[in-house]
Amino acid sequence: MKQYIARRVGYSLLSLFLLSVTIFLFVRVTGDPVSLLVEPGASPEDIENIRRQLGLDQPLWEQYWHFMASLFAGDLGQSFYYRVPVLDLYFQRLPHSLLLAAVAMALSLLIGIPSGILAAVRVDGFWDSAGKIFALLGLSLPQFWVGLVLILFFSVYLGWLPSSGSGGVLHLLMPAFTLGWYFAAAHMRLTRSSMLEVLGSEYIKLARLKGLPEALVIGKHALKNALIPVITLAGINLVVMINVAVVVETVFAWPGIGRLLYEGITFRDFPVVQGVVIIGGAMIVMVNLLVDILYALIDPRIRLES
Amino acid sequence: MPSPLLSLENLSTHYVSQQGTRVVRAVDEVTLSLNAGETLGIVGESGSGKSTLALTILRLLPAAARITSGRMMFEGENLLEKSDEEMRQVRGKRIAMILQDPMASLNPLFTIGDQVGEPIRVHEGASRASAWKRAIGLLRSVRIASPETRVSQFPHEMSGGMRQRIVGAVGISCEPRLLIADEPTTSLDLTIQAQYLKLLRDLQREHGLALIFITHNLGIVAKMCDQLAVMYAGRVVEHGPVSRIFNRPMHPYTRALLGSIPRMADNRDHLTAIEGQPPDLASMPPGCAFAPRCPEAFDRCRAEAPPEFTIDHETRARCWRAPVDASAKAAS
Amino acid sequence: MAVITPVTTDTVASTAPFWRLKGFPVIPVSILLLIAFVAVFADVLAPHDPQIGSLARRFKPPFWLEGGSLVYPLGTDHVGRDVLSRLIFGARVSMVVGITAVLVAGSIGTLLGIMSGYLGGWADQVVMRITDTWLALPALTFAIFLAAIVGPSELNIILILGLVYWTRYARVIRGEVLSLKQREFVRLAVVAGCSSRLIMWRHILPNVINSAIVLATLMLGVVIVTEASLSFLGVGVPPPKPAWGLMMADGKKGLMVGYWWLTVFPGICIMLMVLSANLLGDWLRVKLDPQLRQL
Repeated sequence: MKQYIARRVGYSLLSLFLLSVTIFLFVRVTGDPVSLLVEPGASPEDIENIRRQLGLDQPLWEQYWHFMASLFAGDLGQSFYYRVPVLDLYFQRLPHSLLLAAVAMALSLLIGIPSGILAAVRVDGFWDSAGKIFALLGLSLPQFWVGLVLILFFSVYLGWLPSSGSGGVLHLLMPAFTLGWYFAAAHMRLTRSSMLEVLGSEYIKLARLKGLPEALVIGKHALKNALIPVITLAGINLVVMINVAVVVETVFAWPGIGRLLYEGITFRDFPVVQGVVIIGGAMIVMVNLLVDILYALIDPRIRLES
Repeated sequence: MPSPLLSLENLSTHYVSQQGTRVVRAVDEVTLSLNAGETLGIVGESGSGKSTLALTILRLLPAAARITSGRMMFEGENLLEKSDEEMRQVRGKRIAMILQDPMASLNPLFTIGDQVGEPIRVHEGASRASAWKRAIGLLRSVRIASPETRVSQFPHEMSGGMRQRIVGAVGISCEPRLLIADEPTTSLDLTIQAQYLKLLRDLQREHGLALIFITHNLGIVAKMCDQLAVMYAGRVVEHGPVSRIFNRPMHPYTRALLGSIPRMADNRDHLTAIEGQPPDLASMPPGCAFAPRCPEAFDRCRAEAPPEFTIDHETRARCWRAPVDASAKAAS
Repeated sequence: MAVITPVTTDTVASTAPFWRLKGFPVIPVSILLLIAFVAVFADVLAPHDPQIGSLARRFKPPFWLEGGSLVYPLGTDHVGRDVLSRLIFGARVSMVVGITAVLVAGSIGTLLGIMSGYLGGWADQVVMRITDTWLALPALTFAIFLAAIVGPSELNIILILGLVYWTRYARVIRGEVLSLKQREFVRLAVVAGCSSRLIMWRHILPNVINSAIVLATLMLGVVIVTEASLSFLGVGVPPPKPAWGLMMADGKKGLMVGYWWLTVFPGICIMLMVLSANLLGDWLRVKLDPQLRQL
């Protein structure tokens, strides 16, 4: 058990290291770091200053050392556009992203789990087919297309919902649904396949042999087992959602982290782009680690294995 | 003679493919009966319909299967006329079944006590606490050491033999009249197998259980059973008391099965294997299903399926030779 | 349990041509072929120049609406360019970017997956750790980051998508190779003294090619969505080249005032192409490679 956790932690640290190296190298080697990291229109003296400050004339490993030192100090650089530290900007936008992700996650579970169960209990029935189409669309349709169609229908045609911005509950509905659909599809598929696997197991057969009512067989014996992987995925996806909402937040002008990334692109504000990518990647590595550890604590089978 | 606890009359279960074009007669015109407290062994190769027969009795068949004909009398009631809800109340309470794989039969996420006590709560409306107390008693009766601590543990904390006994405890929790055991010992090693069989026999004696023992191990049949039914391609080809069948098998298939048991005393270098393959249940030969592999088959066997001949009150066989052989024996 | 399950035989003989096979997705494949055809013959098919418009005829609606005409059957955009012609040339962008990006990702991923799975050891460790790390980055975010560094161009977008998506390939292919390694014919080849390079090339590669094809088809849909999203966010194929995602981004501003055709038509094109690729991929997955059903 301890060994298992130690190994997981080790892998995660390695991942974080590789992540930093990846980002560092892509910036220094592929592009021209000066043009990326120095404000457009800066004077030659400013450029020279920053070049020295970042140590761009020094060997790569030394530059990497600087890069990591400032990362650990919580310094992700200064936004060219907003003229505030990137980290401050990030935390300013984070609550909006969290709110959107939480609502989208709730929607995705509310849709995904019951429809996945229904599809598994009645394989090849109407709900299974309907669910398959819903999932295929959710996984195939680009989010900006779903978002724009929703705006066209609910804002332009019906005039019920505001097309952009944040504020009330009404502002949340369309972006949350657009973001949640994709994840609802993923959660539905996983619930269905995991439920099918569990329903074919011997202990479900034994539960039926015991003469338990079908509601108890499905609701107690099958569901608890089937939901373990779904909840795991949902936990990871909650963090993923915060970091992939760039399209949705752009379409609906939702002031979250995705929107920040979009602004970073349009204003050529490279420190913002880099900061969002670093924090996002680190967050996902960490949540994967957390989920692995929790899994080991909760699921007795893994506990035994290690 | 008292009426039997369970009697199956001309029972057939068929699997029908989705297009309805292929019919597999997994259980075909089976007639069997079993008295209270008796043990019936059912033997046959895999695919001979033994397990389907067991699931038919409990009416827990896969969606593709249909019980197409027959009667299933249990304690004077026809189980085939019961509604799904009534049938559910029979399962686990009056007829229980133990599955092949004890390791996978317990739900990994619930305690032993919860799972053993569950039938009691569902069928007898017992409270959680009293079901828990009964579960401890049941664990004790299946010879689990320190049941008070085991009861709140999870399946993965138990050995394979213990889990098998726990599954047995689940089976007898509501004191059923009939317990069906589907190859309950195949996954256990030999010493634990022997212990478990002894346990089943003890339980049977203590609770007056009738037992249906599904197996392909004739050695177990010899030790455990009173009656024996030999199944081949969905049909019961021979049925009678174990001692009679072992001494005087009527059906060539039974003889072949008995000939394939290895014995310590044998000096033969190889076992007599049964030549050929069991038939494809979806396209059965017109005559006797065993005819293609039967060393004694004659023309009629290949043209016409034999009916079930009743030789005497305890001997039945589906073989054209059976009545002839029987009268020849009687004459000599 | 020895429950007898009825044996269903595939009624179609294996000699039948593949488009006669059970459940062959006729409509999706037709759509993909149509898009490919349009992409190849865009110069002939497009009624107007996709990049030149005239402000005098901007925001013309489709022909069936009042003010529309058959000269611009699907209307014109905010600078007066013909929407139909832009859609036709957009098919070319999507096809070229989609297919080449999948080829790039597939080649890198298959190569590294085979080496990682077959050679094992530190090579495996390096590839798999990089794979794990890169998979932690959301694909679109990673692509945006790379596009922000190297700047958008058609070639760059292809390279970026290849770089972002090879990891998924590598992981699946590696898994297949690990199980292939245990098979008799590979062991025999080892015993026979074949070099590792020869075994990977002659024995392993042909056996993972099915999975690679299935993955490529499934990946095509994903790559096209990502390309369109990049275009939509303004870091994709640069204007004035007509990419469907870019057309939607441009059209978005007109949406609130009723110029719906600017977003709806490219949206339908993207949707049809992605759905078709995914349906074909799903079918191939079940048909060619039962091992990948869990994907």
